[in-house]
Amino acid sequence: MSSSPTLMSAEAPPEVLYETPALPRILEGIRPHGPMSLDEHVEVHGALPVERRRRRRAESPLIGEVERAGLLGRGGAGFPTATKLRAVAEARRQAVVVINAAEGEPASRKDRTLCESLPHLVLDGGQLAARAVGAGEVMVCVCESARASLESIALAIEQRARMSGPEVRMQLVAVPGRYVAGQENALVNHLNGGPALPTFTPPMAFEQGVRRRPTLINNAETLAHMALIARHGSEWFRQLGTPGQPGSALITLSGPVADPGVYEIEHGASLASLIDAAGGATARVRAVLLGGYGGTWIAGGHLHRLLLSDEHLEPYGASLGAGVVLLLSEHACPVAESARVARWLAGESAGQCGPCLNGLDALATTVEAIAGGVAEADAPQRIARLTKLVRRRGACGHPDGADNFITSAMETFAAEFAEHARYGPCETCAAPRELPLSTQGIA
Amino acid sequence: MSHRLRVNPIACEAHGMCAELLPERIALDEWGYPLITDDSIDRSLLDHARRAAQACPTFALLVERRVEAKPGRSSVKRAPPSGDSPAVTIPP
Amino acid sequence: MSVTLATAGSSTYWYLTRSTGAVALLLLTIAIALGVLDVRRFSTPRWPRFIVDTLHRNVSLLAMVFLVLHIITSVLDSFAPISLIDVFVPFVGSYRPFWLGLGAVSFDLLLAVTITSLLRQRMGYRSWRAIHWLTYASWPIALLHGLGTGSDVKSSWLLILSIVCIAIVLVAVLARAISGLPEHLRGSGVAIGAAGVFSLFLLLWLPGGPLGSEWARRSGTPTSLLGHSSTTTTTSAGH
Repeated sequence: MSSSPTLMSAEAPPEVLYETPALPRILEGIRPHGPMSLDEHVEVHGALPVERRRRRRAESPLIGEVERAGLLGRGGAGFPTATKLRAVAEARRQAVVVINAAEGEPASRKDRTLCESLPHLVLDGGQLAARAVGAGEVMVCVCESARASLESIALAIEQRARMSGPEVRMQLVAVPGRYVAGQENALVNHLNGGPALPTFTPPMAFEQGVRRRPTLINNAETLAHMALIARHGSEWFRQLGTPGQPGSALITLSGPVADPGVYEIEHGASLASLIDAAGGATARVRAVLLGGYGGTWIAGGHLHRLLLSDEHLEPYGASLGAGVVLLLSEHACPVAESARVARWLAGESAGQCGPCLNGLDALATTVEAIAGGVAEADAPQRIARLTKLVRRRGACGHPDGADNFITSAMETFAAEFAEHARYGPCETCAAPRELPLSTQGIA
Repeated sequence: MSHRLRVNPIACEAHGMCAELLPERIALDEWGYPLITDDSIDRSLLDHARRAAQACPTFALLVERRVEAKPGRSSVKRAPPSGDSPAVTIPP
Repeated sequence: MSVTLATAGSSTYWYLTRSTGAVALLLLTIAIALGVLDVRRFSTPRWPRFIVDTLHRNVSLLAMVFLVLHIITSVLDSFAPISLIDVFVPFVGSYRPFWLGLGAVSFDLLLAVTITSLLRQRMGYRSWRAIHWLTYASWPIALLHGLGTGSDVKSSWLLILSIVCIAIVLVAVLARAISGLPEHLRGSGVAIGAAGVFSLFLLLWLPGGPLGSEWARRSGTPTSLLGHSSTTTTTSAGH
């Protein structure tokens, strides 16, 4: 297991150098533009494996294989995929499979890349999951503004139907692009005809989800890995990565690098090698935000030490989440950026729960006040109190994520925040914003 | 602790009756929303907790029986709010 | 006077039904006022939220108790031919069918509200709330029923009671409508408009209607009873 660069860029020209032949896996054969057709897909990865069960009512062998592979969900929560599969498979009513490619996190592009360029890998995973849990239909959820993804998936579904006739019914569903729409309950709510907003649990989706059926919801990347595990096995999967976090992962790298975009790494690869593979940094890196806007900041001084696996990031209070790695350059003001994101997070609240709606607004106001130099003397204590007040008091994890982001920003940039509190905006406050907030916004 | 107190934050509209009826467990934050300081409910508090749950106009306060957690299942069995008629008790 | 004494047995029920009806209207009025206080989250240190809420629930139930007594005594009373069916089904009776029928309508609405409130825990919050709005409709219907059916309309006590109840409900409805601004502009506007229209209607209708001459005959009292009723009206008008 090397921590040296083993990377393949989604957007690099075909003649890039490999360090080891182990990668790419998911990104193998990816075309610079346009989706892989079904024929190309079969040529690169092989046909969809046929399942053989010892007895009709026995558990699908894929579940055991995924369990041995140690596959964890790639949507941000990192939940063991096999456990989910098993819970849904064991339910009495016929299940429904939902492929979550909603990707409401603005700094993440990996699911879009999968849908646009590798739709058949994702749909393979969906089909295999449906077989494993006994579902008759698969609903592919794509952000309504991701036109290329929508077209690519629609075309891919059509190609599969023409080839062999579907064993499961596949349906493309457009979902709103708001931040919380990709949350599992919000997705189920939307698929059931309601708003794309989280609901109160129980019941959880795997018990009663779409049309009150047991529903398996998996991130698009998780299913892409599943499609490869079904072909090559769990041992192959574990040849990369760490024991606790095996396999490879898609990372969205953005910020001051030559080639930002989606990369495939093995878990445990160093951040330095990722930056190298992306053509190196184009400016001094002040800090990195890991996991997305619900994630954690780590100061630039630690960057050379960082390995990209949850195990190695835990002492920093960080995790990979949905594979977002956002670099912040010295040309940006971390306080101004944090204030802007805090306000955005407050605006993305579903508005259903008082503590989140009020708390995130109060937090954003206080951070903005510090950034503008007009905060009260006790502003940091107010922020600490507010973040404790919003934790776990919403119906979903949104306030907790906002707490994470703001608390780690205040810690990582303590000096800058103190300066702004005393002296007000700095020169870089006026600079154009680096952190992307619209879903189209990756440089 | 036989039961557990839980708030449905989506249903909650900060009426505040729960905090009046169960101050042992519920305080209100600066916006009027319930803060559960300790979610355990034992036999001595059960009646008060149930009354507080009935008083909530939106049924946001839940008193749930604790059951053994089974893998793959929700770990708490949700008991419906107590079946007592809401207006049986006359205020003292 | 002698005519009244001759019908002493039935007139006990007659007095009971009129008095319990008046009390039910008063209690319903107070219940609505408490309901508005409740929804507007009124509270003081001596009147915490749960007290206002419990009072609202209890006064409402008490109003229903008096309403049921009012209904039972009116059916039992042999003076006016009111059958059990007339209690639930409006406008099919023989005694002042329209005005009595309004009572049945109001009762049906309140029955729905009461049953759903007693079974709150078994139904969804939104459905319960939707039905609960019917109380605002039931009140004016009950008032009109009382003014149109009752034989004491011209007496000062019922007039004063009615005026007091109307005033309380008008204030309550205005307070409730105002609290809906500015988000529910249309709903609040409709509520205030309806209250205004209803008040105007009362002002225009009452003098020529129940307060006018020969209301008993015009409102549909069976002719066989008209002789008696005109005597009792004269008697009560003398109070």
